[in-house]
Amino acid sequence: MSSRVADARERLLLLLALPALVLLLGLFAFPVLRLLAMSVEGGSLEYFEKAALDGLYVSVLADSLRIASVVTGICLVLAYPVALWLSRAGRLGLALGLFALLLPFWTSVLVRTYAWMVLLGRNGVMNRMLRDWGLIDAPVMLLYNTSGVLIGMVHVLLPYMVFPIYAALLRVDPDLGRAAEGLGAPAWRAFTRITLPLSLPGVSAGCALVFVLSLGFFITPALLGGGRVIMISMLIEQQVREFLDWPFAAALSAVLLAVTLGIYALVGRFGGKSHLATP
Amino acid sequence: MLTVFVGIVFAFLMLPLLVVFPISISSAAYLQFPPPGFSWQWYQRYLNDPGWIDATIRSVQAASLCTVLAMGLGVPLSFALVRSRRRWVRALDRLAAAPIIVPTIILSIALYGVFSRLQLIGAWYGVAVAHTVLALPFVVILTSAGLRTFDEAQEQAAAGLGASWFIAVWRITLPQLRPSLVSAAFLAFVSSFDELVLAMFLSGASMTLPKKMFDNIMMEVDPTIAAVSVLQILLVGVCLGLTALFGRGALATTISR
Repeated sequence: MSSRVADARERLLLLLALPALVLLLGLFAFPVLRLLAMSVEGGSLEYFEKAALDGLYVSVLADSLRIASVVTGICLVLAYPVALWLSRAGRLGLALGLFALLLPFWTSVLVRTYAWMVLLGRNGVMNRMLRDWGLIDAPVMLLYNTSGVLIGMVHVLLPYMVFPIYAALLRVDPDLGRAAEGLGAPAWRAFTRITLPLSLPGVSAGCALVFVLSLGFFITPALLGGGRVIMISMLIEQQVREFLDWPFAAALSAVLLAVTLGIYALVGRFGGKSHLATP
Repeated sequence: MLTVFVGIVFAFLMLPLLVVFPISISSAAYLQFPPPGFSWQWYQRYLNDPGWIDATIRSVQAASLCTVLAMGLGVPLSFALVRSRRRWVRALDRLAAAPIIVPTIILSIALYGVFSRLQLIGAWYGVAVAHTVLALPFVVILTSAGLRTFDEAQEQAAAGLGASWFIAVWRITLPQLRPSLVSAAFLAFVSSFDELVLAMFLSGASMTLPKKMFDNIMMEVDPTIAAVSVLQILLVGVCLGLTALFGRGALATTISR
C-alpha cells in the first residue's frame, strides 16, 4: 500500500472515531477532571487534610478496602472451580453454565438486592428454613450488617471473576496436562504444576476487576447494610446530596480514583490487560 | 466433587432470581414465605399505577436512545481501534475502556455538576446520553472482537469491483458482524434499562424504573416490587435467548477471548 493511500485510510479512520471521541471527552473526561479540580480549589489541600485527619473518613476508607478484599477472596474461591468446570464442560454443560452466569449478570442489581432482602430478612426465607429444620431457635441477623452486604456483593461480582479465569483456562493447551499425566504425574499434581500457574494471568485480572468494582459499590451496601455499613461511595454521595460540600466530595473521589487506578497499574505491570480492542 | 461444588455455586446464583416468583403471586400484603395464597394483585397494581407505567416508559425511551447512540458511535469507533496503525489509537482505546474502571459514583456526581448547569436534570434524553458513556465499552468490546476475525480482503475485493468503501462495509462487512452487533445492542439496552446510580442523580423528579424501584424498596417493601422484578427477569431472559439465537454465540466467544 502506498503511503498516500495509507494516509487517506488513516484520515477516514480518525473521522470514524471522532463522534465517540467527542462524547468521551465531553461527557466523561471533562466532567471527571472538572470534579477532581474542585478538590484543590483555592490551591490548598485542606479537603485532603480533612479526609486524612478525621478518624471517621479514614475508617470508612479502611472498611471499604477490607470489604473489597474479603469480597475478592470469596469470589476467587467460588469462581475458580466454576471456571475450571466450564473449561472442561461439554456443549450442553457449557450452554447451561453460561446461562446460569449470564442471566443473573444481566438482571438488574436492584432486583437481585431486593431478592436478597427477601431471602435474608428476619422473617425471610433463610431464617424460616433454618428454624423449620431446627438448626436455630432465634432468627439469625443476616441483613443490615456486613454479612448481608458481603453476600449481596459476591452475588453481583462473581461473574466478573469467572469470565477472565475461564478465558485464561481456555488458552491453556490441554495437551500439557495430558503430557504431565502421561509422564506419571497424578492429576492434582498436573493441575498444581501446569494448569494453575498458566491460569494466573486470568486470576489476577479477575481479582483486580472485582476489587476495583467492589471498592466503588453503592447500591448493594446502601440497601443491604441498613446504614450500619458505610462505604466510600456512600460517603461521596452524602457529601454532595446532604451537605452540598462539593470540594470535599471531590477530594474523596480523587482518593477513590487514585486507589482504583493504582491497582490497575499494578496488575497491568504483571501482564493483565486493561484495554479493549488492541489484541 | 467439583461438579457438586459448581452446582451449589450455580444454585446460589439462581436462588435470588427464583425467589421473587412466588412472592410476586402472593396474596399476602407483606413479605411472607411460603405465600399463604395465590393472587395477581401485585401485577394489577403495577399495571394500574401511572407512576410505575410512566417510569417504565421513560426507561424504555432512555434505553432505546442509549442503544442507538452507543451503536452509532461505538461501531465506527471499533473500526478505527481495530484497523488504525497510528499511535493515538492506543490512547483512545484506554479512554474508551475507562468508563468501566472509573467508579460510577464519580462519573455520576461529575455529570450531575455539568448537567445542573445545562439544566438537563430530569430530562430522559440526558439520562440516555449519560448511559451511552457506560454502554460504549460493551459495544466496542463485542464489535471489535467480531471485526478482528473478519477478513478485510473481502472489502478490497468489493472495492476492486467498483463499490465505494461505505457500500462495501454496509453490504459485506456489517452483515457478517451481525452476531456481534446484535449482542452489543442487547447489552447496551439492558445496561441502560437497569442502571441506577447515574439515574439517581440525573433523573430528578421524573424517575426511571430503577429509581422508582429503589424508592419503593426504601419506603415500603410491598410485593409490587416482586412483580416488577419478575417482569424484568423475564425481559432479560427473553433478550438473552434472542441473543443466543441471532448472536450465534458472539457473547460466549467474547467472554472466552
